[in-house]
Amino acid sequence: MTSGGIRIKAWAAAACALWAGSAWANPQPGQLNMTHGVTEWSPEPFFLNNVALGVCTVIGVLVFGAMFVAMFRFRKSRGAVAEKWSHNTTLEVVWTTIPVIILIVLAWMSTGGLVSFADTTGSQMTIKVTGYQWKWRYDYVDYQGKAIDKVGFVSKLDEQSNDTRQLGSGLDPHAVKVGDENTYLLNVDKPLVVPIDTKIRFVITADDVIHSWWVPALGWKIDAIPGIVNAAWTNIKVPGTYRGQCAELCGQDHGFMPIVVKALPKAEFAQWLAQQEAAGKAPPATPATPAAPTPAPASTATAPTATAPAAAQAAPVATTSGKQG
Amino acid sequence: MAHAATHDHHDEHHGAPSNFFTRWFMSTNHKDIGTLYLIFSLTAFFVGGSFAMVIRAELFKPGLQLVQPYFFNEMTTMHALVMIFGAIMPAFVGLGNWMIPLMIGAPDMALPRMNNLSFWILPFAFALMLSTLFMPGGGPAGGWTMYPPLSLQSGSLAYVVFAIHLMGISSIMGAINIIATILNMRAPGMDLLKMPVFVWSWLITAFLLIAVMPVLAGAVTMLLTDKYFGTSFFNAAGGGDPVLYQHIFWFFGHPEVYIMILPAFGIISEIVPTFARKPIFGYKAMVFAIAAIAFLSFIVWAHHMFAVGLPLGAEIFFMYATMLISVPTGIKVFNWVSTMWGGSMTFETPMLFAIAFIILFTIGGFSGLMLALVPADFQYHDTYFVVAHFHYVLVTGAAFAIMGATYYWLPKWTGHMYSEFWGKVHFWNSVVWVNVLFFPQHFLGLAGMPRRIPDYNVAFADFNMVSSIGGFLFGASQLIFLGVVIHCAFFSRKKAADRVWEGARGLEWTVPSPAPHHTFALPPVIHDDELAHGHVED
Repeated sequence: MTSGGIRIKAWAAAACALWAGSAWANPQPGQLNMTHGVTEWSPEPFFLNNVALGVCTVIGVLVFGAMFVAMFRFRKSRGAVAEKWSHNTTLEVVWTTIPVIILIVLAWMSTGGLVSFADTTGSQMTIKVTGYQWKWRYDYVDYQGKAIDKVGFVSKLDEQSNDTRQLGSGLDPHAVKVGDENTYLLNVDKPLVVPIDTKIRFVITADDVIHSWWVPALGWKIDAIPGIVNAAWTNIKVPGTYRGQCAELCGQDHGFMPIVVKALPKAEFAQWLAQQEAAGKAPPATPATPAAPTPAPASTATAPTATAPAAAQAAPVATTSGKQG
Repeated sequence: MAHAATHDHHDEHHGAPSNFFTRWFMSTNHKDIGTLYLIFSLTAFFVGGSFAMVIRAELFKPGLQLVQPYFFNEMTTMHALVMIFGAIMPAFVGLGNWMIPLMIGAPDMALPRMNNLSFWILPFAFALMLSTLFMPGGGPAGGWTMYPPLSLQSGSLAYVVFAIHLMGISSIMGAINIIATILNMRAPGMDLLKMPVFVWSWLITAFLLIAVMPVLAGAVTMLLTDKYFGTSFFNAAGGGDPVLYQHIFWFFGHPEVYIMILPAFGIISEIVPTFARKPIFGYKAMVFAIAAIAFLSFIVWAHHMFAVGLPLGAEIFFMYATMLISVPTGIKVFNWVSTMWGGSMTFETPMLFAIAFIILFTIGGFSGLMLALVPADFQYHDTYFVVAHFHYVLVTGAAFAIMGATYYWLPKWTGHMYSEFWGKVHFWNSVVWVNVLFFPQHFLGLAGMPRRIPDYNVAFADFNMVSSIGGFLFGASQLIFLGVVIHCAFFSRKKAADRVWEGARGLEWTVPSPAPHHTFALPPVIHDDELAHGHVED
């Protein structure tokens, strides 16, 4: 097992934070509850989760409590004699009506969040997400009313994770870190960089099979379906790095195409964007290399940022060669 | 002329066929066919269980230690297909075959030869399906739900589709048989509202099967034509839509999960009154609740698709409809508890499984209610939270009900008592380890672990290790069950009475144990107080 001391502290922190609404950016060891998230909308699922859990706990205590009392009081070995009654219409009506009322309250609480999620109007930015077997592509469409030209790139599993996850690699997943944070299977070579305090609309699709784009800290996931464009939005409130994973089985490397969103303050983001746009206007040194279906190690870290969309869409077919990815 | 059931000794002069092949391959006897289904189901349970062991072994620690990702996906796909279509469904059919004619005073099923065909299709279908694991390119690896376009990438699609067609035909014929039997062959005096709840649950389940198995057949056939015959049902480039498949599949898929639980509800409604020595509380409400659940099951399918990008109105409708199903289900739970309350309970193995069902299935129902809330589901969907939910309702729900039913009726089938000590050992091991296996998966899902992945970040390591340990021990415990069943059938010397359990009521307890090969050749005379609910005002 892993080192005991740090784990115990993590367990204690997780337990304390269970109801305190910690906005864990990324999964914590021993985490018991969902993250509160870092966006305008992400408290919605967190809140509903906790309310529903509370309601269920109360009902469970009542029902299971009654069962345990019955099992003790009405045991034949204790001399209990069975009653003869076997129905009570009033009771049936009562325990139909009360659950319906509870459900109406829960439904009312949930509907608002659903309606607000569906409203992508008023966005200040649009980003296109495309799922591939087995990586994501991000294209920046517009920001603050201005179209963005030629800022787009493929984002795939980072090299250290990829080497470690090979069957029988002998490498230790615990060693894959960024600073203090373990990022095994949760890191990419090129994260999606976005500004905070900006309503960002995502348009999401896929090139081959169904994928699903999910960052728990944002509070939602949505399927990336070939031939369909889905829309979702977020407004991140806290700068930081947020990690997620593909959430729809998409083939052998479904577990190996994570998502990283790096949220920057607006000024820093503007700088980053300007750099990307400038790099995009320079003549490309080499054509973008699509991931080759050969057992070569992935080396997209050195590929040029601006990639011609056509070249990057040459998704490789499923390979079953010795080294995956 | 009707004779009192206990005096029907001339039932026995037609014994079972003495030729082994005739008896077991050409059977027209509901008891033998029931036995065949149950043996098949137990075998499939261990096959599907071994796939689960591969899954839990790989997930024991972070990093890939044992299998390639593609093979892992084959395991998750096959685990589900085998468990759903090979273990759970045939077990319920086997229990229905054995008990429905006995419970209604009928000599056999309405269509005995079709009954035999329904069974014998299954071993062939399963051999075909499992053989794909050994083909070049391997077996299906796109999940048991087979969403296109991914499922179209499999080279063994045609074999799996054919196997599913065969299983579907088996189920449809079985369902026809059950409806025809229940509606036409009840003994005089066995009114519909005097039937055991188990019989009601199967009557309703049979209608669900006939309604939705053809839909599954349609969906998988469209997969086949999309792959091989140039159609574009699910291909956007050709004018189709991948989401269409999901709608069609889940229109089958949601009633399917109710097909897998309604007979379980019936079983619990038989076991609890017997061991509480008190009639089922609210008989009519129980029957009505099963019917309500069956009806509602047709209008909730898209709750499996909340993350697909449905229109707002659809998400709202399906959310409300899904939440509604908890009402009749809750009524059933309250009625079971009310049956226990005021009773005179003993806790033999069948009752232990029934009580565990009520508690643990309800926990599965709670996570189901949480999943129904769409904004929350945006975080739960396709994570281990969903895996935890459906394993609670299917393993501690359906499978525990099947095990309870087996312990309950095994003495009637074999004429011997099973070992109560080993039954309890099996029970306590199962109930402890199944919770060690599945409860932590709620936490994994909430923490962000997706489904259907062979490897994960180290943050998920602790609960995965706990879950895997639970899995290995739960799997091992089922060998105890196998031992108990074999011992009871072949080695036990403790004779079982006709009325095996003191509190048992119903026609099945009026025939000898073991039940003779032919029973109720003449319809029994029915005395209302011999039935579990002969007094219909209840």
